[in-house]
Amino acid sequence: MKKYKCDICGYVYDPAVGDPDSGIAAGTAFEDIPNDWVCPLCGVEKSDFSPVDE
Amino acid sequence: MAKKITDRVTWVGKIDWELKSFHGDELSTDRGSSYNSYLIRDEKVALIDTVWLPYDREFVARLKEEINLNQIDYIIMNHNEVDHSGALVELMREIPGTPIYCTAKGEAIIRGHYHQDWNFVRVKTGDTLPLGETTLTFIEAPMLHWPDTMFTYMSGDNILFSNDGFGQHYATESLYNDRVCMAEVMQEALKYYVNILNPFSPMVMRKVKEVVAMNLPLNLICPSHGVIWRETPTQIIEKYLQWADAYQEDQVTIVYDTMWQSTRKMAQAIGEGIQKASPSTTVKLMNAAVDDKNDILTEMFRAKIVLMGSPTINNGYSYAIAGLLEMARGLKFKKKRAAAFGSYGWSGEATKMITEHLQQAGFEIVNEGIRQSWVPDTDMLQACRQWGAELV
Repeated sequence: MKKYKCDICGYVYDPAVGDPDSGIAAGTAFEDIPNDWVCPLCGVEKSDFSPVDE
Repeated sequence: MAKKITDRVTWVGKIDWELKSFHGDELSTDRGSSYNSYLIRDEKVALIDTVWLPYDREFVARLKEEINLNQIDYIIMNHNEVDHSGALVELMREIPGTPIYCTAKGEAIIRGHYHQDWNFVRVKTGDTLPLGETTLTFIEAPMLHWPDTMFTYMSGDNILFSNDGFGQHYATESLYNDRVCMAEVMQEALKYYVNILNPFSPMVMRKVKEVVAMNLPLNLICPSHGVIWRETPTQIIEKYLQWADAYQEDQVTIVYDTMWQSTRKMAQAIGEGIQKASPSTTVKLMNAAVDDKNDILTEMFRAKIVLMGSPTINNGYSYAIAGLLEMARGLKFKKKRAAAFGSYGWSGEATKMITEHLQQAGFEIVNEGIRQSWVPDTDMLQACRQWGAELV
């Protein structure tokens, strides 16, 4: 599963870790995160994230 | 001195005529600034934002002249950078139980700054706070320009309290846009946008469109710095929609540094070439080490093409150019073309290095640049003119 990076603040969403503080369990693919989820660091929307090329 | 805005709203902020730099020394504030705080007296009383820390006692003392602090029912914190939250400690010493309305990020930022366990009420977009005849509605605006930022809309008086959005670092005792020199205000509004908000242009565009789509009656836009937009408040909204959309004018901005005038001569010749090839294009030359860095960035923002020149020194480029390259990277300019130039003595790395940094900063590189050794002669200056002419 791909990591995604916030275009604004640089936060990286790692599917292996998820975002438990926002109710996103470890192992959740970025695509499966609900659309009302926002960046846990800066609060911008899911659409402000870009896939990280590894 | 408090200033009445409507029957219910009073400005209770601080005009800071002396402020000449902001964010440490990251942003010049040649025309000073203000920290706007607003007191709303309806059946309930609400205070929106405070002022910068050095003025905390003055702020509270003056607020006491205006109202018994115990009558304040709510404190609304739209954004909690220290220039707006700085007087909270002094104020909360007087009225410690008063609820502070802010976003979840706002609470975290206030706690992170002041380490106090105040009575926080977290709000989200669409939450309302009835004051009596009027109602406050909160609109989260993350990264305009911090994660905690929100706008507060006051129905009845039809006021958008937009915090840093639509602000300007501009000191005036006259309070309103229609009472001051508009050329000055628009220059400061643009400089503010470029240097503070431009990295967040995608959010600006989305949030401004969202607010416009809400179709709120709008009599006043009350930002946290500078003048209140009273005459045609939508004019600054329209400007923001333009600025957030990869703004550019028919302008070429030539930024250079120079040690012994050779790179300056190149800059001038390049400018001549551009002007001759395209007389309608505005050409601006700015010396990176002499002109104000934020004014330079503002002129880079207005440009369609940015040319950056430095002599080669110690196998690199000048310190002033380095600073501007880093600032330009952070401001995330969009859809701008760029190229580098410079004079050199023996090694001549600067032009290539500047080109690489411009590319990393998101500029579209037009060509590999032009560099000339020692002092340009007539032919070399002609080559600079030709190089400039071919850019436009």
